[in-house]
Amino acid sequence: MTALAPLAGTSETPSAPQGGAGSDDGAGPGAGPGGGGRRRLTPYWLLLPAGLWLAVFFVAPLFYQASTSVQSGSLEEGFRVTWRFSNYSDALAAYGEHFLRSFGYAATATALCLAIGYPLAYMIAFRAGRWRNLVLVMVIAPFFTSFLIRTLAWKTILSDGGPVVGALSSLHVLDLTSRLGLTGDERLLATPLAVVCGLTYNFLPFMILPLYSSLERIDTSLHEAARDLYATPATTFRKVTFPLSLPGVVAGTLLTFIPASGDYINAQLLGSPNEQMVGNAIQKQFLNVLDYPTAAAMSFLLMALILIMVSAYMRKAGTEELV
Amino acid sequence: MDLYEGLPEPVAKAWERGLTSGRAAMSRRRLLRAASLAAAGTTLAACGIPPAAGGKGGEGAEEAPDYSRKEKVLNFANWPLYVDVDEKNKKKHPTLDRFERESGIKVKYVEDINDNNEFYGKIKPQLAAGQSTGRDLICLSDWMAGRLIRQGYVQRLDPANMTHAVTNLEDRFRAAAHDPGRQYSYPWAGTACIVAYNKKATKGKKITSVSQLLEDDALKGRISMLTEMTDTVGLTMLDMGADSEHFTEDQFDAAIARIQKAVDRQQLRRFSGNDYLDELNSGDIAACLAWAGDIVQLQMDNDDIAFAVPDRGYLFGTDDLLVPAEARHQSNAEALIDYYYQPDVAAQLAAWVNYICPVTGAKAEMEKIDKELADDPLVFPDQHMIAKGKNFRPMSAKEEARYEEKFSKLIGA
Repeated sequence: MTALAPLAGTSETPSAPQGGAGSDDGAGPGAGPGGGGRRRLTPYWLLLPAGLWLAVFFVAPLFYQASTSVQSGSLEEGFRVTWRFSNYSDALAAYGEHFLRSFGYAATATALCLAIGYPLAYMIAFRAGRWRNLVLVMVIAPFFTSFLIRTLAWKTILSDGGPVVGALSSLHVLDLTSRLGLTGDERLLATPLAVVCGLTYNFLPFMILPLYSSLERIDTSLHEAARDLYATPATTFRKVTFPLSLPGVVAGTLLTFIPASGDYINAQLLGSPNEQMVGNAIQKQFLNVLDYPTAAAMSFLLMALILIMVSAYMRKAGTEELV
Repeated sequence: MDLYEGLPEPVAKAWERGLTSGRAAMSRRRLLRAASLAAAGTTLAACGIPPAAGGKGGEGAEEAPDYSRKEKVLNFANWPLYVDVDEKNKKKHPTLDRFERESGIKVKYVEDINDNNEFYGKIKPQLAAGQSTGRDLICLSDWMAGRLIRQGYVQRLDPANMTHAVTNLEDRFRAAAHDPGRQYSYPWAGTACIVAYNKKATKGKKITSVSQLLEDDALKGRISMLTEMTDTVGLTMLDMGADSEHFTEDQFDAAIARIQKAVDRQQLRRFSGNDYLDELNSGDIAACLAWAGDIVQLQMDNDDIAFAVPDRGYLFGTDDLLVPAEARHQSNAEALIDYYYQPDVAAQLAAWVNYICPVTGAKAEMEKIDKELADDPLVFPDQHMIAKGKNFRPMSAKEEARYEEKFSKLIGA
């Protein structure tokens, strides 16, 4: 991208003396007393592929997006940078509801994933025995089909005339859920419940795998020790197992919540116009309305809001101790 | 180049002051940080999206070099299920195969258009950069064809290479509002947006109007409309007595408000693209707005599917063939357009595709292939049907953006 040239040009010159200062201190990573120049450079060489990749496919697009988000104009006249920050407030005013809905659905789906995933991960880690690998493969198996196909499959499974709706309806479950405003008129598709269930289903493996990996690392002799000290199984779980699995809980909730907030496939396929999420709104702004600045501003808002929530959560969860 | 170039004037001045005087001037670190910030500002400002090439309106792209003589190939992008398929071998397309035999041009036929807007989003960056899209012939709905013509992203066609097309295009397609005189586009097929329903799902009740879709309580949560703004809003306006060919902004807004009311009442299950057919077939969707050609096909498999042409009119449009700017093989593309305007080829295509056939004389050819289809008003409309068909009037760029914005709010995003 030619637009990046000035950045590279200007940042190179001032950073050269800085590099020199660094080597005078001798504080460069890997710089031992007898360390040759090559060894000292090794970490940088190792960083290079990922660094380049991120620069080209993450930093550059992000810059471009930031630029787009403060532009104004139209497709025919072209978009120019006018530092129009009101793109952000306008987007928030027009689509605040979509943001709230996205975070609400994502949080619900994350909670459901945790409730479903934790017992399963626990079972795989401590009780599965020789079935462990098989169960793990079953957890990962859905990844062998595409996300889209799996969501489309739910459309068939949950269809109005299908067995699921029939069974739930005769058990009067649907009466209950529609009284709660989750479903309506004897159907599951095109309801909030369907969207949340779709999100839960699609992101469940992202919850189970980190939970499993942190549960699996727990030394079972700790459980024995707890029992020896007359702890009941519930106390053992509360005082030993759960605290030790917290890194998995944090990783799992992040891996579920973040992509679920930005997801638009589930709302598109399983929801009605009343369940559209912020991802759908961004897509429509970009492809139908062709208002690239608003779309870019909304993407940034989404990122920023997620970042704020996640950092608040991390602070609360105290990851420094956990990792 | 100044580091703070591209920043608004007062901010730039402040930078300058801050860097050359006062405390800030002392700190090298601060200078470095400021430099990188300013660099970021410059970069941000240097980006920007250039105006769509033409902008002048209808002048078309500049002539691109044509390699048709040297390279006997044609890259043709079309919608799925929009060309005839051999019954035995689904990968073969009889009419295309015959074209290849007769002309010696190898056709790379790709079904990669699923949605007008998405496809536009896909090819627009290349068009805007003046690069070839790698496609010589594309098929898009009339309103999108109008946008590409307006923006100068398509090549002007040479009538001398298309004698069949020029003679056999039915008269009513010639005066298209988005391309008067058909200088840039030729219809692949005509489309009619009508009301369709599943008799089993409506329990035998006939659905004949948009009013019923939007307001009949028995259909609550079981109707769908289309994500194509022109079809959905156009048909609703017709239902409200407005003329989709000459509507006012108020009439447009009234139609949007009416659909919004139905959305709020949860009358609509969803707004769909081409994918409403499965749900209509299964009965999850009891009634919907639909494209006539799809319904003709669906009816062959499912007796419960019925359609109605609303009394107040239906929305008529075309899917047009266009040669995008910088296409390498324009004459090959013109040869293909011309080929499909021979009545026997057109009939063979229409017999499979079941959309409205724009070719004079194809009806007589169709009678040899399939008598029933030749009499189907959805494929060969009679005078009565033709009279009820209304276009969606062409829009200026500003109008289009405004209408799409309102519509996209309506469809929930």
